[in-house]
Amino acid sequence: MYTSHTKADKEEMLKVIGLEKIEDLFQCLPDEGKFPTLDLPEGITEMEAMDELQYISSFNETTQELVSFLGAGAYNHFVPAAVDAILQRGEFYSAYTPYQPEIAQGTLQAIFEYQSLVAALTGMDVANASHYDGATSVAEAVNMAYHTFRGRKTRIVVSPTVNPQYRATIHTYMDGMDLEIVGEDLDPNSNPDDLIELIDENTAIVVVQYPDFLGRLFDLSTLTAAAHEHKALVSVHINPISLGLLKPPSEFGADIVTGEGQPLGISLSYGGPYLGLFATKQKYVRKMAGRLAGETVDTRGQRGYVLTLNTREQHIRRENATSNICTNQGLIALASTVYLSLLGKNGLQDLAKLNYHKAHYAAEQISTVPGFSVNPVQPFFNEFVVQCPVPAEEVNQTLLEHDILGGYELSKDYPGMTHELLVAVTEMNPKSEIDFLVAVLEEEYHD
Amino acid sequence: MKTPADLKYTKNDEWIRVEGDEAVMGITDYAQDQLSDIVFVEIVAFEGESLDQGETCVVVESVKAAADVYMPVSGEIIEVNETLEDSPELINEDPYGEAWLIKIKMSNPSEADDLLDAEGYQNLERDH
Repeated sequence: MYTSHTKADKEEMLKVIGLEKIEDLFQCLPDEGKFPTLDLPEGITEMEAMDELQYISSFNETTQELVSFLGAGAYNHFVPAAVDAILQRGEFYSAYTPYQPEIAQGTLQAIFEYQSLVAALTGMDVANASHYDGATSVAEAVNMAYHTFRGRKTRIVVSPTVNPQYRATIHTYMDGMDLEIVGEDLDPNSNPDDLIELIDENTAIVVVQYPDFLGRLFDLSTLTAAAHEHKALVSVHINPISLGLLKPPSEFGADIVTGEGQPLGISLSYGGPYLGLFATKQKYVRKMAGRLAGETVDTRGQRGYVLTLNTREQHIRRENATSNICTNQGLIALASTVYLSLLGKNGLQDLAKLNYHKAHYAAEQISTVPGFSVNPVQPFFNEFVVQCPVPAEEVNQTLLEHDILGGYELSKDYPGMTHELLVAVTEMNPKSEIDFLVAVLEEEYHD
Repeated sequence: MKTPADLKYTKNDEWIRVEGDEAVMGITDYAQDQLSDIVFVEIVAFEGESLDQGETCVVVESVKAAADVYMPVSGEIIEVNETLEDSPELINEDPYGEAWLIKIKMSNPSEADDLLDAEGYQNLERDH
């Protein structure tokens, strides 16, 4: 039940702070900002509004109509209809924060299963109930390292090929803390081992991405060993689909694994809501931000689920908490749980292989177009950099005229990379689309 | 509430037992009682590290609150009680014995002389 403040309550509160009416609270606002006259058109009916909005939305160009090779952090994957059908069940759709285990067993079980799937996928001991998105997961990893060493280690080493948006989020989260963030200005084409010389005794964490923002895969074991030698943590950001094929970061020493969960059955939706995966080792579980659902038994010995470590952040640890963010992406985490359950272990492996082989076919074909090249020795998963004979921006413009969303122009983040286009290929790109892309490039850029 | 006479106390509810230039420290019976069930002990100081009086060396977390524990005297950490990691409840059961937190090699033993004795600690005014 929601009980609002009574008139008497409000009067009493105003009296305490020495004001007469609520409007007095807003004295600091300039007069012209208060109750401005709005120049709005006449109201319209719901039917008219629907008409107008539909007209506006008809200008959208989406991955439904276009052939898309755009990735750079968000990937066009098939979402089975069952994902949405289960998501929209009232029991899940309307359930808010599951603080009360006696009425929220379904939600808690879903979170527990989600955590179990993320832990299994990443090879880590424990996963939390999720964060907002990949970017906030990465920032929470830095935050966790900072608190693990209780602020005594103040150097954060970040690879230049961690998604630029994630790096920006690290800066936002850590702003105001006395930290030194290094590594981002290294040459993006460099090897992750080049970060090693930046790691010292004062380093709290090394943050890398695997595959990295340029789609590349590197053996990170030397880097993680070097970080551990200096008692620094290592956080590896992954693409969850790639782990159907690749060695999980737990096997090369990651202390924290973060991921953008969007590829796991979550539609592109203009950039969100997405899903932040976060997993770590058991020894750091009490430094992990967010919530953790646990399995237990009730007074009758029956299996049940509870939130195990959430309230301690806000209610018990207070200013000692790792993060002030406890919230999880409940519904989106559920979507990824349904998606992974539908796929199963073998399905995920098949999907990862499909992505890998399609991307490698595309890279091979694009390389045959005169003027275009893809590094032939660099291992990658489903995304790779294409060197173009003209600025990547021009290539994208040309492709768009053929209803192809070409790729990501890397010059947006790396000013030197004017001719580099980041191309992603998924199971959504049949061979015919890849061949069409190559045919357009051949036709437009022949000598 | 027990307040052994052979120990020295701080206003922040830490105790120390001085043996030569070494000191063993923990939190008092009163502190564990106020915190109630202890569920997690994090010794943030590590062996070989030197800390000043008043610096945080341990965090004790109960079902009610997380509390910082401070160095009662300055010195080098020579041993930490690792059994508390798995058995934090020892602090509730035996705060002056098995649940010692760290051993310190004092860099300035006169600091210990300035701490409270049992009577002084018992007579502290509590604001709760």
